[in-house]
Amino acid sequence: MGRTLFEKVWNKHIVRQIEDGPVVLYIDKHFIHEVTTPQAFAGLDKKGIKVFRPQNTVATADHNVPTKDQHLPIREALSKHQVDTLIKNCTNHGLELYGLGHPYQGIVHVIGPELGFTLPGMTIVCGDSHTSTHGAFGAIAFGIGTSEVEQVLATQCVLQMKPKTMRISIEGELEKGVTAKDIILYIISKISASGGTGYFVEYAGSAIRSLSMEGRMTICNMSIEMGARGGIIAPDETTFKYIQGRKFAPQGINFDKAVASWKQLATDDDAIFDKELHFDASDIEPMVTFGTNPGMGIKISQNIPDAERLLAQEKENFLKSLQYMGFQPNEPLLGKPVDYVFIGSCTNSRIEDLRAVANLVKGKRKAENVTVWIVPGSKKVELQAREEGIHTILEEAGFELREPGCSACLGMNEDKIPTGKYCISTSNRNFEGRQGPGARTLLASPIMAAAAALTGKITDVRQYF
Amino acid sequence: MSDNIFNIMEKFTTIQSTAVPLQIEDIDTDQIIPARFLKATTREGFGENLFRDWRYNDNQTPKADFILNDTTYSGTILVVGKNFGCGSSREHAAWALYDYGFRVVVSSFFADIFKNNALNNGLLPLVVKESVLAAIFTAIKEDPKTLLIVDLQQQTIEVPSKNMVETFEINSYKKTCMLNGYEDIDYLLSLKEEIAAFEEQHLITG
Repeated sequence: MGRTLFEKVWNKHIVRQIEDGPVVLYIDKHFIHEVTTPQAFAGLDKKGIKVFRPQNTVATADHNVPTKDQHLPIREALSKHQVDTLIKNCTNHGLELYGLGHPYQGIVHVIGPELGFTLPGMTIVCGDSHTSTHGAFGAIAFGIGTSEVEQVLATQCVLQMKPKTMRISIEGELEKGVTAKDIILYIISKISASGGTGYFVEYAGSAIRSLSMEGRMTICNMSIEMGARGGIIAPDETTFKYIQGRKFAPQGINFDKAVASWKQLATDDDAIFDKELHFDASDIEPMVTFGTNPGMGIKISQNIPDAERLLAQEKENFLKSLQYMGFQPNEPLLGKPVDYVFIGSCTNSRIEDLRAVANLVKGKRKAENVTVWIVPGSKKVELQAREEGIHTILEEAGFELREPGCSACLGMNEDKIPTGKYCISTSNRNFEGRQGPGARTLLASPIMAAAAALTGKITDVRQYF
Repeated sequence: MSDNIFNIMEKFTTIQSTAVPLQIEDIDTDQIIPARFLKATTREGFGENLFRDWRYNDNQTPKADFILNDTTYSGTILVVGKNFGCGSSREHAAWALYDYGFRVVVSSFFADIFKNNALNNGLLPLVVKESVLAAIFTAIKEDPKTLLIVDLQQQTIEVPSKNMVETFEINSYKKTCMLNGYEDIDYLLSLKEEIAAFEEQHLITG
């Protein structure tokens, strides 16, 4: 019987299978950041052991850094201590750190691919659930907890139960104004925020193959938002072209050899998945979320669902969520006013996202009532945006271009949305208080966010095409 | 695996306790411990901010209608709606629950990363059928003094007042770890030679 892409990569990394237990899985690349690692390093230090394979770990500071005046010392004492602790730990253990001020600094899931660390066939982990992003390259990539970070630092391995496999196929062409973000929000709205729990998901079909690497990263990034352990896409010419010439990717003859082996990774025709789902690309519209989990999304032409069809417990949760958001069942989102627009996060802060936003807003001006923050995913993205003149277009539109970091996606630094305010956001989570206590988040694509910035309300971006 | 001086995980024994019913589905780790409390560099003290924004008003007074502030309910077992622990991978969520005093969380299913994090910290994520979960919620709401008995060795959860005994699944590796307070890292460290040998082969075959 044939094997799936996931199984091919997984099987190659099994050091040992524990009877009635997890697999000892070898990890090729480990990304770390300041928030989920201090306790892991403290554990190593307590045991008196050093990092086992320092060359396989790459560090950056992203979650808890300011996105303004990064050249100055961090003002907030606890944040400064956490970032300083990362610097100290990386120095003690001989790890490469792309911290504040480094030209490679940025959101961990943006810099990994951008620098050519992320490659097909790899196993990749990070103490961050959006590690699933790297699956876009045909890698097995997933988020882990801090105890597991310590395990990887100490042994380059983690213990994992083998997940079930699911394939989600999207066939057909996307309408203009419909993006990768809409595909993934659509899928999650169909299968719910827990529909992928226990599974590793392969995305397939012509609509997926037609996407750029940036688009594929957006899709895999949000796999966790349906509960999936990760997402993965078969590497193809688009993948190889993206990787070629990147700083830490194989070069010359080594690259050619690597491509030859990467071509073997695709799922065999006769492989069997535990679950298969099919969707039609032409059914997808620009999507917006109305509730407090990413599964609560609708097409922009639809109304918020009716609560009456739900069972008692579901209905209670649904109404609680709408109450938090200040919305009613059956009403449209179209035309709802927004206060903030956040374009950033590991989901949508890459150069392609900024280009799409700039194309849409060129020569136009934001609505008076909105504050617009653009937070590039990395220093490299920021620099490229400046070189391409995107910076100027955004500033002329009244948008504020900030410095790289996770920023208002999780509101750990000072970039918080005030209580009760509405933010259309290109990030990945609309949980209660995610962007700040009492903040109300509506998830959407970068161009949907840009359109709302221009009109000051939820807008169907297709009117601009 | 062997006992050693570095074990910080307490051995999981049989737990007999009343329970706190938090009947909400899809509780994400941002609710369990909001991001602004993740700036600490140690594992201790997170219990204080467990469910912070559900537990306290803006002026830091307790919200009377939140279950943890309701003295009717107490105990070391938390009973929650399905898909508990979804979202962020932050292990701080497991630390916060444990630090607050919980030793078992009962639901019909958990988010994958949370489940691993809980097991790695001696907090038992106990999965029961949806109908059993509903019955447990009902029993606690009828009588907040309802006693639950969780026996990891036997893999059972019992509600004596309802004559209810249900079994639950846990793989035998993790069960052994929980019962003995073993940590995964000690097991992995014992495999270092095997891992190094694997690496040599892995690098050759790519």
